[in-house]
Amino acid sequence: MKVHLSRRYHFSASHRLHTEAYDSAKNQAVFGKCNNPHGHGHNYTVQVTLSGQVDPATGMVCNLAELDAFAQTNLIDRFDHTNLNRLDCFANKVSTTENLSIEIYRIFQGFTGAHLERIHIEETSNNSFDYAGEATSAPGTI
Amino acid sequence: MILLTRKAEFSSAHYYWNDAWSPEENLRVFGKCANRNGHGHNYTLEVTVTGVVDPTSGFVVDLKELKDVLEREVVGVYDHRHLNLEVPEFRSTIPTTENITIAIWRRLEGKIPHAKLHRVRVYEVPDLFADYYGE
Repeated sequence: MKVHLSRRYHFSASHRLHTEAYDSAKNQAVFGKCNNPHGHGHNYTVQVTLSGQVDPATGMVCNLAELDAFAQTNLIDRFDHTNLNRLDCFANKVSTTENLSIEIYRIFQGFTGAHLERIHIEETSNNSFDYAGEATSAPGTI
Repeated sequence: MILLTRKAEFSSAHYYWNDAWSPEENLRVFGKCANRNGHGHNYTLEVTVTGVVDPTSGFVVDLKELKDVLEREVVGVYDHRHLNLEVPEFRSTIPTTENITIAIWRRLEGKIPHAKLHRVRVYEVPDLFADYYGE
């Protein structure tokens, strides 16, 4: 019996949408207020969905304490109260939530306790993003 | 195809324990969830069904009928109960969120008039939930 398990984590970070590929006028035109040179911030929610068979001995798809420990080390400790633009992963990439979703998907591919299905990130209560690898399907179709 | 989702809530006690293991092993694997005095949650159940929209009523399913089925099959059995001690399927199965979704699927399958069960989602807390699609 295959079950999907979803766990939500929260972190707060600043960022600025800006690319050296554009001049300052174009950065301003494309990214608008997100291009403010001083940056701005969000309370991000990351929803990690894993799947697998339920282990008859534990009743679990994966051990939640192990998942939480992995998330603490690899997600919260790395991203919380940081400036995303200063992190190595955004050295050559715009720190959009699209790119953040792909980066966090890559991170959770390193969790070996269950199969990674999807990363869903809420940047604000009105904006959310999903990445499920190259075969990403529409939300709600999994 | 229309997907229709109905929510319900129940509040229950439970603990995690595998009788085949020593107390030390239970504590190591399940942590504070292994406290035999139990603890509890406000669970939120979301049941998603799919079906054909009836051209006369405009319904996939009569929501009152669906609500009555959820009440009879799940809420009336789980709410304000100790899952391990008072619900038959958890005498031999650990009432994890994963197993609760499977148990609720089995309770509901084939009992919803005119609609097919698509997904059972159970929130143990707002930041943890499990989905079962009958796979």
